[in-house]
Amino acid sequence: MSQSELATAPAPAAPSIWHMYRAMVGVGVFCGLLIVSVFQVTLPIIERNKAEALQEAIFEVLPNATKSTTYRLTEAGGFELVEGEDDAGRLVYAGYDDAEQLVGLAVEAEGMGYQDVIALIYGYSFTEQAIVGIQVLESKETPGLGDKIETDADFLENFKSLDVSVGEDGSALANSVVPVKHGEKTQPWEVDGITGATISSVAIANLLDRSAQYWVPRIRNNLADFQGQE
Amino acid sequence: MASSKSGTDEFIKGLWNENPVFVQVLGMCPVLAVSNTAMNALAMGLATAFVLVMSNIVVSSLRNFIPKQVRIATYILIIATFVTVVDYVIQAVSLDLYKALGAFISLIVVNCLILGRAEAFASKNTVARSTMDGLGMGIGFAFALFCLGAVREILGNGALFGAQLFHDSFEKWVVMILPSGGFFTLAAWLLLFNWLKQRKAKKEETAALALQKEVA
Repeated sequence: MSQSELATAPAPAAPSIWHMYRAMVGVGVFCGLLIVSVFQVTLPIIERNKAEALQEAIFEVLPNATKSTTYRLTEAGGFELVEGEDDAGRLVYAGYDDAEQLVGLAVEAEGMGYQDVIALIYGYSFTEQAIVGIQVLESKETPGLGDKIETDADFLENFKSLDVSVGEDGSALANSVVPVKHGEKTQPWEVDGITGATISSVAIANLLDRSAQYWVPRIRNNLADFQGQE
Repeated sequence: MASSKSGTDEFIKGLWNENPVFVQVLGMCPVLAVSNTAMNALAMGLATAFVLVMSNIVVSSLRNFIPKQVRIATYILIIATFVTVVDYVIQAVSLDLYKALGAFISLIVVNCLILGRAEAFASKNTVARSTMDGLGMGIGFAFALFCLGAVREILGNGALFGAQLFHDSFEKWVVMILPSGGFFTLAAWLLLFNWLKQRKAKKEETAALALQKEVA
């Protein structure tokens, strides 16, 4: 079958182009309007839900905090208070107790898990120089196996006080956060893994290490920036 | 009177005789993927049912307006619109639910059940009948998903809708929550439905034979 034969084959009686055009454009306009109006109505609710979920997570990982303020990492390496709803840049959340005392910082971190990126938020305590809580914000780990990173009591026990003190020169952690096999944890900076969820639990340890190596020295060197809470 | 009866028939057929999952075996991707808990399954089923009903209504009301050549593109556009609407609404209602359903909400667009009903039914029938058809098929789909989700959650988690059913010593079948469990459960349900169908057919056959004998 050649090109010319195809071209000369009798075409079925086509409705006018105008009808097709009218149908596609008409439906397109209708659908566009519908989507835009639903988007407009739901956007504020969705944003409020997300902000609430984040707030809850912050207080979850900083057990003593009752108030939180958002700070942004500036280009100079310091931190500045974020005004209003602006959420551009790299943010950390400072938690304060009832007496307006700084109790710690909540930091978001993410890294590759077994299925997809795992996003979590962890609480860093100044007095303990340790991670005092984590909350998984987003994970698609295997239900029943990998998702134990959110539910396994032994595993979560790791993050009640995970040592992330900075080294003497103040530029890196004294000890990297390292994953170990289940039941072999001996040091406060080791993360006791989960049998059956090895990759997911190792992923958590590694992403915490990477994030803490970046943030903790910066936070400690700019501690004064967080005290200016009015 | 006649039209209302046929409307009811359109509704009933989707629930049982032509159940989209157990009889037509359509839209298997979400059926297997998000039926690991009863809640996820029900939410997914209802989201699909909503899209199905809405797209059936719009397609059937526009059936004389859409030329045959561009019908598939137009149907997909309509379906995708309602899926986007559902996507936003679920995000607004519950972020946790949205997280659990994940990418499968967007994938309702390519659920062959919905396009299938638009093409095979809504494009040839009145709005009223198409609505009934969409409702029946949608609820049938949600019901089937719930059947799978409930079985998988009970066996795999020892719970239903998150409420613990058994004593702590109940050994959970983790495999039921994993993808393979979806296949096992679906197979068991299909087995049950086919067995019921065969039994019914056999009964009718014997009844017909008995009738013939009597006549003779």
